Amino acid sequence: MGNVLVWITWFLAAAACLGTGVAVVSMTNPFYSALSLIGNLASLAVLFLLLSAEFLAAAQVLVYAGAVMVMFLFVVAYLGGRADAPWAGGPPLLRAAAVVAAVALLVEIVVVLGLAWGDDLTDPAEVSDSFGSPAEIGEAFLTDHLLAFEITSIVLLVAAIGGVVLGTTREKEEEVA
Amino acid sequence: MMDGPDVGWYLIVAAILFGIGALGVMLRRSPLIVLLSLEIMLNAANLTLIAFARQQGDLDGQIFALAVMAVAAAEVAIGLGLIVAMARRRMLLDVDQASALRG
Repeated sequence: MGNVLVWITWFLAAAACLGTGVAVVSMTNPFYSALSLIGNLASLAVLFLLLSAEFLAAAQVLVYAGAVMVMFLFVVAYLGGRADAPWAGGPPLLRAAAVVAAVALLVEIVVVLGLAWGDDLTDPAEVSDSFGSPAEIGEAFLTDHLLAFEITSIVLLVAAIGGVVLGTTREKEEEVA
Repeated sequence: MMDGPDVGWYLIVAAILFGIGALGVMLRRSPLIVLLSLEIMLNAANLTLIAFARQQGDLDGQIFALAVMAVAAAEVAIGLGLIVAMARRRMLLDVDQASALRG
């Protein structure tokens, strides 16, 4: 019984994930696009939960769907009508090439998956209930992966400073704007 | 034993998601949509990392996914900063037009 429920949850989350993904790419109004991405991130969080990554699912909703997307929506609101993104052109040949490239990528991945399916992708490892819990993630981060942890903090600091520098107006630009 | 679908099914979802994101990056010309499509691609990679972490019973994949999340947040901050700077300079918000790296 539990098995069937997990399958149904997986199917709904995967369908929502792909549907909102298509919506993000195809919308002409970036505001709706960003809202669809929030749905996409939420359904991905469900998939993370099914893969026993509890902490990551929570972080996904808090950091991504919460903080990052709010920042995004603020910028879309700031740009107003200028943010509109019509499906304008580009050479047709280039667009066809883009579709071919994306489909080729997809086929490649699926073929590799099909080849590996029999031996490597079934019978997942036994994991304890605490696998992926905040305590385990925190312990791994602060022992084995301390360097990655510290470098991540520096990356975020640099990005924050960079964002401020890029967003600062100089006197000369004020006159134009 | 894992309830529900095998890890491979998650990987297929991730592959399709990655394809959708790649299509968005290549087809759309608005920098905002390109940024959102990039997020989709990063998240597809995250799903793959977490699926393999579950398969191997090893937390390293989840740690990597967290690092990817932090990098994605940094990327959005810089990308939005660039878009706002472009808008301030009255430039057209079109990635095909913004081909020269000069103010």
